Amino acid sequence: MEDVNESPFIKYLRKDRLPHIYCAGCGNGTVLNTFFKGMEMAEKDLNNINMISGIGCSSRIPGYVKCDSLHTTHGRPIAFALGLKIGNPDKDIVVFTGDGDAAAIGGNHLIHAARRNIDLTVICINNSIYGMTGGQISPTSPLGSFGSTAPYGALEKPFDLVDLVSAAGATYVARWTTIHPLQLSNAIKKALKNKGFSFIEAVSQCHTYYGRRNRMKSPLEMLRWMKENTINKTKADKMEPEEINGKLIVGEFVNKIQEEFSETLYNLIEEKSGNRKKAIKSAYQGE
Amino acid sequence: MIKLDPDLCKGCQICTEFCPNQVYEQSKTLDKKGVHIPIPKNEDECSKCNLCTLMCPDQAIKVIDDD
Repeated sequence: MEDVNESPFIKYLRKDRLPHIYCAGCGNGTVLNTFFKGMEMAEKDLNNINMISGIGCSSRIPGYVKCDSLHTTHGRPIAFALGLKIGNPDKDIVVFTGDGDAAAIGGNHLIHAARRNIDLTVICINNSIYGMTGGQISPTSPLGSFGSTAPYGALEKPFDLVDLVSAAGATYVARWTTIHPLQLSNAIKKALKNKGFSFIEAVSQCHTYYGRRNRMKSPLEMLRWMKENTINKTKADKMEPEEINGKLIVGEFVNKIQEEFSETLYNLIEEKSGNRKKAIKSAYQGE
Repeated sequence: MIKLDPDLCKGCQICTEFCPNQVYEQSKTLDKKGVHIPIPKNEDECSKCNLCTLMCPDQAIKVIDDD
């Protein structure tokens, strides 16, 4: 039952677990809201959605949502999701993952799921640092940013996740930040409706570890920085490479239609072995 | 009408900063958890865009449409 005095998103959450563990002003809560908004816009039922996550701050999200979920090993949520999707092709599978989870430890799973173009929605909350373990530099930390393992600034060039997944063959790729909640929920709507591998990079703020070491102590300072340093893709395409140096490009990068993996696989099974009985998925069904 | 859950709010001030009509104001006193809870002071200015509901990381805000 929806209470008239509480947020419209509380009805999707496990109320006994609230308030959640995130720091005051953490972007994970905003991304959670935008997911529900996108889900409402795509007219998807939460009972048909399964959430999968790995390890990290962002990966704690499925634990707060009233739906079937899996909290899996570090970096492997996409591997678990692949199995779940092939076993249950009628379910909508959503993977919540962080940048350390998807890009560092699970980078291999990410590119191969994109290559197969299996119908998953991967929402990668990128806060540019390993937030849960104490602020170590992650593969998406900007060049020269400070962290507990980089007191003189990061020496390595960061990963561009959007470019990586687009090149690997995903059919819907977008990047938005927590300062663009409406655009982000629109992207989530399109990703949920897209039949194929959809990847959304939600750039988020971690003021506790990233901001504190990079002269942005409060979530407001981080959000203001995002507002000033983001350029829409349509505008960035017309600009010189020197002008967009160091800026964050947001927008929709890929939106195309291609053959989906689980559908192809089920068609092949039907072709080779006829109309077989479907597997029983409940202990209360069958003989 | 704007309803704010003081048990869920952590006082991050995102609603105060990013409301397009400056509806919220930070309270001067601390509550029992030690945070400055926002007060919807200029409620007449509210255009019911629901940006605060969407941006609040702690799901503490509800904007009720009176019409």
